[in-house]
Amino acid sequence: MIQSLPNSPVYKYGYRLYIALFFAFLLLPLIAISVLAFNDTTSITLPWKGFTLDWFFADTTARKGLFSDADLLQSIWISLQTAFLMAGLSTVVGTIAALLFEQYNFRFKNLLYFFAIAPLVIPGVILGISILLGSTYVGGILDTKFGIDLEIFGPGFWLVVLGQFSFGATYVMLLVAARLKKFDFALEEAALSLKASRLESIWYITIPFLKPAIIGAFVVAFLMSFANFNTTIFLIGSDPTLPVDLYSRIKFSSTPVLNAVSFMIILIITIVATASVFIKKKK
Amino acid sequence: MQDNKKAFYFLLIPVLLWLVMLIILPHVDLFFSSFKPNSGEDTYTLENYLIFFQDKIYWSTFLYTTAYAIGVTLLAFIVSFPVAFYLVKVISPKHAAFLMLMLLIPLWIGELVTIYGWVILLGDKGAINESLIFLGIIDTPITMLYTNFSMIIGLLYMSMLFMIIPIMTTLESLDDAQIEAASDLGASKFTIFKSIVIPHSMPGIINGSIIVFMLVIGDYLAPNILGGKSSLWFTEQIYNQFLSTFNWNQGAAFGFLLLIISSATIWAALRLSGQKLEKVEN
Amino acid sequence: MSNILEIKDMSKFFDDFTAADSVNLSVKEGEFVSILGPSGCGKTTLLRIVAGFLEESRGEVLIKGKNMKSVSPENRPVNIVFQSLALFPMMNVYENVAFGLKRKKLNKQEIEKEVLSMLERVGLQGFEKKKINELSGGQKQRVAIARSLVMKPSILLLDEPLSALDRKLREHMKVELKELQREIGTTFIYITHDQSEALVMSDRVAVMNKGFLEQVDTPQNLYRNPKTAFVAGFVGENNRFEIVRKEDKEIITKSGMRISRPCLEFTPDVMYIRPEAFMLEPSKDMEDIAVMEAEIKTILFDGANTKMSVLVDSREEVLIALQQNAKFQTLKEGDVIKIGVAYDNIKCYKE
Repeated sequence: MIQSLPNSPVYKYGYRLYIALFFAFLLLPLIAISVLAFNDTTSITLPWKGFTLDWFFADTTARKGLFSDADLLQSIWISLQTAFLMAGLSTVVGTIAALLFEQYNFRFKNLLYFFAIAPLVIPGVILGISILLGSTYVGGILDTKFGIDLEIFGPGFWLVVLGQFSFGATYVMLLVAARLKKFDFALEEAALSLKASRLESIWYITIPFLKPAIIGAFVVAFLMSFANFNTTIFLIGSDPTLPVDLYSRIKFSSTPVLNAVSFMIILIITIVATASVFIKKKK
Repeated sequence: MQDNKKAFYFLLIPVLLWLVMLIILPHVDLFFSSFKPNSGEDTYTLENYLIFFQDKIYWSTFLYTTAYAIGVTLLAFIVSFPVAFYLVKVISPKHAAFLMLMLLIPLWIGELVTIYGWVILLGDKGAINESLIFLGIIDTPITMLYTNFSMIIGLLYMSMLFMIIPIMTTLESLDDAQIEAASDLGASKFTIFKSIVIPHSMPGIINGSIIVFMLVIGDYLAPNILGGKSSLWFTEQIYNQFLSTFNWNQGAAFGFLLLIISSATIWAALRLSGQKLEKVEN
Repeated sequence: MSNILEIKDMSKFFDDFTAADSVNLSVKEGEFVSILGPSGCGKTTLLRIVAGFLEESRGEVLIKGKNMKSVSPENRPVNIVFQSLALFPMMNVYENVAFGLKRKKLNKQEIEKEVLSMLERVGLQGFEKKKINELSGGQKQRVAIARSLVMKPSILLLDEPLSALDRKLREHMKVELKELQREIGTTFIYITHDQSEALVMSDRVAVMNKGFLEQVDTPQNLYRNPKTAFVAGFVGENNRFEIVRKEDKEIITKSGMRISRPCLEFTPDVMYIRPEAFMLEPSKDMEDIAVMEAEIKTILFDGANTKMSVLVDSREEVLIALQQNAKFQTLKEGDVIKIGVAYDNIKCYKE
């Protein structure tokens, strides 16, 4: 129970033990990955054979470290590009959608809003196959009827970006709309009254107000893209993203280089997340 | 007013492009594709759906997946509720912020990496078995990986955060004085939970359950990597149709069935709790 | 002098709700006009229609003789000081005041000159770099006014800008605002539900009720000769008497009080008498007054504002002002006194 009420020691320590176990459960996989990234063996299991940095730097046939594995580096590079473009596109369109749904009333608004938040409850698999089917269909029509063969409609880099953007924009919209709800619309009217045009008032007043949420939403979209598997798997062409590459390695050829990649991800995410908390606290 | 119209269309057009091209049209296409024959002829047929009902492997997987998804959702609630309550009501906000950070980090690291972590932990020669043998608690490894157990662990791990956060949000709005008042009036802890805390957090529990259910039923990685031969997840059938047998129309029918069962469950949950979809995301 | 604003037979409907009902109002250049009414009376709707954020359903709004129909807010020669002030929190004082001038595409030197002289005018020189959240309530107020005035509007619309301030500061700002308006000569239209703000500052006050302008008049006339029962009840403190019938030359109120000879022409529904209109122990030779006997129930001491509640004819409870002079200092609760009121000061209305 809450602190102001008396609790029996059994209840109190029992509760604490449960919470400790819960967080152990939460962190155990991450710790296991991190530790075994430095294990001097080609197997991903225990026992511990000694410390090595081979899985980061080695370049032999038996042991290919993360920084020597061209395929792995390539898939990381593709994931970074995808995430950057997807986050950029999602941020722009998601912010626009937030402004549209929060500030305007129009016919079919509720219906459109329903579609805008639908990706929250549509499994990623479905989004993936639908977009694959849809783009193949449109691409097919363009090809047979007009003789235009556009690469963007076939599985590949751009289709992955678009597919991830289809749900990325939803999350950006919700994050930005949450801040927009705290916006005093008299500020926009004041700008209009001071002779700003509608778009100027959005640009000079509303967008600066939304900036923290927009930046946060960009980061969220970026991370979502970087980790996405369910939608992406259906849309990739010949160049896999990192999660797709990791998946096939886990299924068919696990070595501790997987731990090395995972360790780097864990490290970067932990640093970014901790930093963001401290920045928030400062404010 | 003209100016306002211009701004409106400026905002409307990109949103329409997004929704029509990437949400509406693809799902309409999914619907129609599911009625096209596998032969590729340009007619409509029910054969994809008939196959689903005739072949036991398909419909039993479908039922198995739905049942397990409901089970995992329930489990996620049981595991998560004490944690959400602890973070909001028991410890100071400062400590809670630190623990929240620990909760969020696995989320951002991504499902694949954390599932890989469980592969390492749960294997016959994994960290848990090795530790237990080393400590002399067991002699031979316990088989945990590639079973329903490991699959449930994976599903629970990747989804429980989405149960914790909505419950925390509703608990934050529960005035401590209500708990104190109930205690003052002689209620036991169990009564307080049953008649004050749980009813108050019901909207959060429903929202969390919807999201968890949707994530679990649509998941692929946990059943595929951690699950065993018997852990057949319905999404795996869809993957097979699309990526192994290249029978897209059959896959579309399966996809559409998955969409129906997840939408129907969400709809039922919302109806039962009298909420609207728009509120789920908050 | 010409009318800078003319509102002719203007109505505004929201679905089946009438927010403004055939409003007619003319404002002269340089005038300070208040629109006074209870919340929900339609005064904010009226202001937003003049500003161009809402469109009138019927009638016309002319500014400087030009019909404003479908002229967007940024193209009207008016500016607003908002109730919430709506200062831009992400900009400092200088940027706030310069915002509108930048939209007018003035060059940098001009903007700087205008902004600095306006800030000086409202007593905020040296505050240019301050953040909005570093300012006091009164300073924010001045920034909001400066931000609008620097645009040199033909009309400045003020939407209850003092309502967020505490009472003391509000009293002070009333005087300051009035003086500022006189000094710069811009037409002010001031929206408020606070009658004291309206009476103190305005040249004329328009009293609005349920979308309808009840009376547009100088503060003095509004107080002394309210044209409708609503104005009598809303502006200033007043005793309201509901009338049941007229007998011969007496009027009988609902609770049975009798009062002689007012309103000879018709039988009113209600009657109003201001607390300060009552005379205590009027001399016998005074003419044209109604005299009644009253028992003092409670004395509500409040310095110069002291009043007492009396029972007239043991029935009707009436509030009367009690001047703080030596003559009546000995009055106490339970005393029975004579009170009189001049017929002129008894205001009768049909409702």
